[in-house]
Amino acid sequence: MALLEVRGVSKRFGGVQAVKDVSLRVEQGTVKGLIGPNGAGKTTLFDLVSGFRAPDGGEILFRDRRIEGRPPHESAALGMSRTFQNLKVFPHMTAQENVMVGRHVRSRSGFVAGMLHTPRSRREERAIAAAALEAMDFVGIAGLASVPAGSLSYGQQRGVELARALAAEPALLLLDEPAAGLNMRETADLARLIGRIRERGVTVLVVEHDMSLVMGVSDEVAVLCFGEKIADAPPRAVQENPDVVRVYLGE
Amino acid sequence: MRLSRAAQVGLFAAAVVAAQLLSSAAGKAFFLTQLTMSAYYTLAVLGLSLLMGYAGQISLGQAGFFAIGGYTSALLTTLDLSPQRGHPLVAALVRLHLAVPRPDLYGGEVLSVSPWAACVAAVLLGAAVAVSLGVPVLRLRGHYLAMATLAFGTIVSSVAVGTQALGAADGLSGVPPFVLFPGLRVGGGAADRVQNYYLAWGLVALAMLLLLNLIHSRTGRALGAIHGAEDAARAMGVDTGALKLGTFVLAAVTATVAGVLLTHYNAGIGPSEAGVMKSVRYVAIVAVGGMGSLWGTLSASAVLNFLSLRGYFGAYDDAVFGGILVLVMLFFPDGILAADVRALVARLAPRRAPGGEA
Repeated sequence: MALLEVRGVSKRFGGVQAVKDVSLRVEQGTVKGLIGPNGAGKTTLFDLVSGFRAPDGGEILFRDRRIEGRPPHESAALGMSRTFQNLKVFPHMTAQENVMVGRHVRSRSGFVAGMLHTPRSRREERAIAAAALEAMDFVGIAGLASVPAGSLSYGQQRGVELARALAAEPALLLLDEPAAGLNMRETADLARLIGRIRERGVTVLVVEHDMSLVMGVSDEVAVLCFGEKIADAPPRAVQENPDVVRVYLGE
Repeated sequence: MRLSRAAQVGLFAAAVVAAQLLSSAAGKAFFLTQLTMSAYYTLAVLGLSLLMGYAGQISLGQAGFFAIGGYTSALLTTLDLSPQRGHPLVAALVRLHLAVPRPDLYGGEVLSVSPWAACVAAVLLGAAVAVSLGVPVLRLRGHYLAMATLAFGTIVSSVAVGTQALGAADGLSGVPPFVLFPGLRVGGGAADRVQNYYLAWGLVALAMLLLLNLIHSRTGRALGAIHGAEDAARAMGVDTGALKLGTFVLAAVTATVAGVLLTHYNAGIGPSEAGVMKSVRYVAIVAVGGMGSLWGTLSASAVLNFLSLRGYFGAYDDAVFGGILVLVMLFFPDGILAADVRALVARLAPRRAPGGEA
């Protein structure tokens, strides 16, 4: 059974058909790459899956539940976590506090418990802090815990976003162009990290420009072009697909 | 660069005691009356500070909630139910001790709702109004939210002025003291002045403690996340709509409670408390104190409300607060107190290692 299944999803912006009748499956425990030239509809499809936009038609199933058009926080509660292409850290919070927000779906304390500082909420708070540190350690940024996120470098902020998404212990991790702005060495580190995330049993859907990254880490790669899916296969087969070579790798 | 929370509370307690001792020593114990009133306004402003500085929402309706609290309490505790003593509902209230007899001015006896029951009713009403206003209105942002809450404030204000049962332009008076528990009551008698001063600022300290706890909790972190990057907060599972509504209701409830207490302290309430300029004043005080700074808001509120209540701004009272708001927005968008304290501390103190408790 696929963890995520997209069935015939479409989205139109005015006269532009951004996504046209796209279907896609992401199997449990795999890494799926989603590539395509600029304007292919990758980001739109990503937004539809993560709940930031509602499709005009089609269905999106996550863990066998229909989630299309549902707000992002509901999908997050079901076990979906994401990063952002143009980084969205919480600049005035420390790196660790940023990652602690990732534990939101794994904790309960509300207004009253927070105000009364109940023993239960204190225990929970300690568990949140520990889990956040663990996620930061996994990503390799534990040393930055007390630094305000806004003053971190670009690559470090990417790390914070990743740790924040992982702190939620998601079933599905959505990565939106995670290599954007990274140099070659950082990209290679990222590829290893995605491999380790996969080993943890987290399913990954990665939208990416960087071909070497996607081809290296993905079990399957789907290719979008002008809103339509033109290929969906293991990396090697996709690289040899003449349509893909023509539209994506360029003449 | 910041003091520990215990040191902050200690400093605050010291300032409260110092103000009382100084005004007694200077033979101006009557200052305590205005300082006590200032404390109750501070309560309303602290809620607004949470809403504006931490949830990033503006409300020009805070005085409306203050008035809902004050008028509900005043109406219920002054309404004489003794003619309806036979009514089953009134009889039930009496049996449950929710309605209590007390002597009136002319030696007779009136039967009215007990202040505790009235306070609970006021808070429930304030919260219910906040929910029913917040659900549609919090979809709006920026100017639109400001206008919608302003409209709410205007409605409350005109209802207060236009309703005979609420005393119209005169408001309601003769509100009895609020006996919190035996020996401790919110009321304006000169004998109770010192006690009431400490009671009021003690309640402010309590509210401060609850709000500080909140902003350092999971919920507070989620509020900061909404403020920092709303999309990322949503993606991490934060139900931004529910959280904004919760904060709006909490801010409304602090104003409602403040209205109840000040009404008992003043033994009455008038329509000026519901006025839109009061809401503007609260927003101006939060702006002076600094967005996202509860201590800054508290200091600004204590000083500005005291000066205003002592009449230092004369006939230009409202103009002063309007002017303050304009100047702060133009020159100190982070708050005057925030700017000064940070600059001062940075100059005087050596930099501490990061990771200090906020």
